[in-house]
Amino acid sequence: MEIKVIKNILEANEVIASQNKRLFEDKGVYVVNLMGSPGAGKTTLLEKTVKHLIDKKRIAVIEGDIATSRDAEKIAAHGVPTLQINTGGACHLDGNMVRGGLKEFNFENIDLLFVENVGNLVCPAEFRIGEDDKVMIISATEGDDKPLKYPLMFQVSSLLLLNKVDLLPYIDFDLERFRNDAIRVNPRLEILTISCRTGEGLDNWYRWLEEKINRKRD
Amino acid sequence: MHELAIAQSLLKIVEQEALPFRGARVTRIKLRIGKLSAVVPDALRFAFEVISQGGIAEGASLEIEEVPLRLRCHQCKEVFVVEGPFLICPHCEGLDVEMVSGRELEIKSMEIEDGN
Repeated sequence: MEIKVIKNILEANEVIASQNKRLFEDKGVYVVNLMGSPGAGKTTLLEKTVKHLIDKKRIAVIEGDIATSRDAEKIAAHGVPTLQINTGGACHLDGNMVRGGLKEFNFENIDLLFVENVGNLVCPAEFRIGEDDKVMIISATEGDDKPLKYPLMFQVSSLLLLNKVDLLPYIDFDLERFRNDAIRVNPRLEILTISCRTGEGLDNWYRWLEEKINRKRD
Repeated sequence: MHELAIAQSLLKIVEQEALPFRGARVTRIKLRIGKLSAVVPDALRFAFEVISQGGIAEGASLEIEEVPLRLRCHQCKEVFVVEGPFLICPHCEGLDVEMVSGRELEIKSMEIEDGN
């Protein structure tokens, strides 16, 4: 006997992600889901951003990793509430893992919650966690062919940060081609070029972020 | 790699749906998976095979229908099936498009056999 079901397989996650999102809406917290490969510069970007914004905005951070609490220790050293979630093998964070960590924060006193996802260019793209925006960071050294090889992550992201652009003179990275491919994969994608090492372009990123936070608070 | 998490969600739904049919066995599950979803069918099958062992869906086969990527072009006012991954109108090459299908991760139906 055949039974009709017709359900989104990830429905359970969608429900929890929506509950998380409602909580963030209530409290006026702007939430970024930061995704990218291992080594793209996620944690370094977070450190820079926390340092820059700490006097202006109230920030909290969730660090997702398969194992270790190294990243959380790095961020916590800057004096912001930080929670490490170890996925114990899972290649991505999901709504439920994030929900489990939310009680650790007092969202009355938070403007911005950064969630650093597990380093991975595929899996995190499929799982909503209740974020306002997915921000993707990719380093120039990963190659200019990534929009074609990993289109889904480009498609679900609002903003793409191309990091390590200070290395462009030394590598074969066709910025024009990369931009064109990224835009054709996701016509709504905003793209900023940055270098966390030299600081190039980071002001544009801070401005983008502050605008989003302010809009959410209003 | 996230196919394991997807298989777990799938198994939960299957078990829930089979609950009213006591003693039944699930033999086949039909899925619709969008062309742009990042799911590898073989990895999903393997994960499901492993986690369904010992339960009502042990040995069930996954029948996967790939849902094509369809874009609605707001300029041409038409829906096109495209290969992807570019979200461009194949007719006018414009970027003012909207995805109509291609991201599905759906269970459509399942076949159960009476246990009695």
